[in-house]
Amino acid sequence: MTEQPVTPAADAVVRISGVDKLFGSDSGSVTTALQGINLDIGRGEFVSLIGPSGCGKSTLLRIIGDLIQPTTGSVTVNGKLCAVARHDRDYGMVFQAPVLFDWRTVEDNVKLPLELMGWDKARRDARASEMLNLVELGEFLRHRPYQLSGGMQQRVAIARALAFEPSILLMDEPFGALDEMTRERMNQEVLRIWERTGITVVFVTHSIPEAVFLSSRVVVMSARPGRITDLIDIDLPRPRDVETREQPRYFELVTDVREALRRGGADQIEPGVDEVPEGASAERTRVEGGIG
Amino acid sequence: MTAAATTPRGMPAGSTRSARWTRRLRLYVPTIVVFIATIALWEVAVRSRALGSFPLPAPSQIIEALATNWGSGRWPLGRAAVATLFEAVGGLLIGTAAGVVVAFATARFGTARELLIPLAVGASAVPIIAFAPLMNNWFGVLNPLSKMMMVAVLVFFPVVVNVTRGLTQIEPAALELMRSYAASESTILRILRIPNALPYFFTALKIAATLSLIGAIVGEYFGGANDVLGRVVVQSASSLRFDVTWAAILLGAATGIVFYLVIVAIERMVIPWHASMRAHES
Amino acid sequence: MTTSVPESLAPPGTRRFRSSETPAQERMSRRRRVTLLVAFAAAILFLWEAVKWLGGVPWRYENLFGSGTDFFHDPPLRFPFATDLNLPHWWDILGALAAPVQRNQDQSLLQFLLGASFYTWREAALGFLVGALLGLLLATLFVHYGLLERAFVPYVVASQTIPIVALAPMIVFAFGPSITSVVVVATYLTFFPVTIAMIRGLRSPDPRALELMRSYAASKWQIYRHVRLPASLPYLFTALKIAATASIVGAIIGEGPGGIPDGLGRAIINFNQQYISGPEKLWGTILVSSLLGVVFFLLIVVAERFTLRNRPGAAHG
Repeated sequence: MTEQPVTPAADAVVRISGVDKLFGSDSGSVTTALQGINLDIGRGEFVSLIGPSGCGKSTLLRIIGDLIQPTTGSVTVNGKLCAVARHDRDYGMVFQAPVLFDWRTVEDNVKLPLELMGWDKARRDARASEMLNLVELGEFLRHRPYQLSGGMQQRVAIARALAFEPSILLMDEPFGALDEMTRERMNQEVLRIWERTGITVVFVTHSIPEAVFLSSRVVVMSARPGRITDLIDIDLPRPRDVETREQPRYFELVTDVREALRRGGADQIEPGVDEVPEGASAERTRVEGGIG
Repeated sequence: MTAAATTPRGMPAGSTRSARWTRRLRLYVPTIVVFIATIALWEVAVRSRALGSFPLPAPSQIIEALATNWGSGRWPLGRAAVATLFEAVGGLLIGTAAGVVVAFATARFGTARELLIPLAVGASAVPIIAFAPLMNNWFGVLNPLSKMMMVAVLVFFPVVVNVTRGLTQIEPAALELMRSYAASESTILRILRIPNALPYFFTALKIAATLSLIGAIVGEYFGGANDVLGRVVVQSASSLRFDVTWAAILLGAATGIVFYLVIVAIERMVIPWHASMRAHES
Repeated sequence: MTTSVPESLAPPGTRRFRSSETPAQERMSRRRRVTLLVAFAAAILFLWEAVKWLGGVPWRYENLFGSGTDFFHDPPLRFPFATDLNLPHWWDILGALAAPVQRNQDQSLLQFLLGASFYTWREAALGFLVGALLGLLLATLFVHYGLLERAFVPYVVASQTIPIVALAPMIVFAFGPSITSVVVVATYLTFFPVTIAMIRGLRSPDPRALELMRSYAASKWQIYRHVRLPASLPYLFTALKIAATASIVGAIIGEGPGGIPDGLGRAIINFNQQYISGPEKLWGTILVSSLLGVVFFLLIVVAERFTLRNRPGAAHG
């Protein structure tokens, strides 16, 4: 499997081309977080990014979301520059922590982006309850975030991310803080929502089983400097459920991914791989290259 | 947090209003016991002259002095307490307003923030009583404003430090979320920073409430109109009427505590969602 | 930008509010901080005189710097707070510090004040030590005996609502006009922050560390010595910084009714009485008192840096 994307360019919702990301520091040392990333993601795909800690997968996700600028290369979302896509609210984001505001009710948390977009009250109310019903938390409208369990809070975060019907959902290890059983249940939830809405999902994870269970395609990344070392199509039939996790093909694919990770150096222990080294400064970064 | 064992409104069991109140009350029993015991011991000690010449009248004498001197006589304590409270509240308002304004400016400008800590440190190192004569000279000894300014100076820095912290100490993920919504800085201020800062603001306000009474009385100590607690203390002590002196002191303390509790009550109404407001286990 | 963490300082997954810096960077930022402070001080001095230039009383200087010329300036406006009485020229304050403290004495005001500061500081330091020990003792008791804590902590807190200026005369009455009274007053103000902070600090260790100690069948005293006390040190130092200045305030307040002639308290009272004839002296006293407070504070900071030198994230004054 090589780097050539399977989807034709015309259908690509996200096009990443020649992206590098370097973090600099005052003392002059430079860390290459990402190197030579080329990736196309098609409409309605469910793509997972998987790799060892520090391989830059979260950085890549944030580049797509225009929260970080690439050092070189270009990224387009729906044919536009990331910044434009962000202003057009083309994507919703879910982080590892739910990041709900304690001073708002569950319902008001979901309405937050809608308020910022200037929706009128009736529309906001209707959409909030629709979304909360979608994640099956309809009776918890008036609760406060701290009254809910971790898994429930993440569902609220997902409801909020979907509230304004973005075409893309970016998820950064959203279930990392949950226990295994809850995690598997949440996986099922996400798939259900994905099938209902037809949204494109870019999903960052550490967990091989999770990546294989959820995705149509798994992007395997190497340790720093982060590169895409493999693209693995997941040809498990849909809809996927508990039984899918017991299929022989599932285990084969898990093994494929594991071996791809190992080839990319995932089993080598590097000191301080987890974080950008001390002293990385706020460096000016630019997007070079043309519009994709 | 689990959603197990919920009452109909979805709140965790054992957190109904009455359950919470009885729990809280039980916590205070030792405190009340100590209070009663102290008063009793105090009364006995004074009556049996065990304390020697320490100018400590018996609680009964203090209460009597409080009652007889409340509205009339040479030292009307009721009126004095109100006047002192007036100075304290005035100073609190001035100091808090100034503090909040500076905090917003500091949160906005990073350079200001770097200056803030050393300045706050330096300011807290100034013995506040050195200001009292100065304020009296500036604003006039008899003018309540001189005492208000004492209070304002005392209250200013805790407010600035706390509110700045509240405006800037935010989970990075929350800021990323707002950036993903392409929210402007003023929107972020309105939707995220200010609600986040409210608990910190109340922390500062609680500190300020207690400081304000003390600041007012300290200011009065160096000179002021006659009908304020600080002057009553000075004058009654020099007339050796220590029962009135203690009555004034305790009245000042009680007023400070009540002021503090009022702020706590307001806090409970304004930020019921904050972690410190919810039912605790201990 | 007012984000609490600059964007590329916090790559996703790391949660830090402050970056830890290399020694080189820390030196640079300290230099930067000092420059900022100096610039700020200069700005204040400039503003001070600018206000007087605009709205003070007329500036009249004969034979300026011995050059034979006279200098006169009449400000266009009149601000009541900018008169020479309310807001003396800062160079007049400095001049008063250099001038003799009293007409027929050799000693300059500054020397006098430094002497008085040292005198007051000794009282304050004693009160500081006693108060700190008392606070530590109380906190230890409260942490180990919950009943005591519930019973007495409200009174510890309430004790600070009693204005010490009112209690001071009575303490002097009881202990006599001596150093003892002053130290008692200083102790009164310092034990409170230490108690409260140490209660927090002694309780701060990770519950898992405590479980570990219990699995070694460690006694309460051993847990205290090896886990609680070390964990509480950062909290202790935070409180000591507050206590340092509180002890000075207490000492100054205690000196008044105690009639202690040699300390800053007496100086403040005297120069307050002489304010009309020479406001600069009071201002000079305030300046020196503040310096005393800052110096004592810095002493604690140095002690903190030394004691906590091997802990992560410690050295951020």
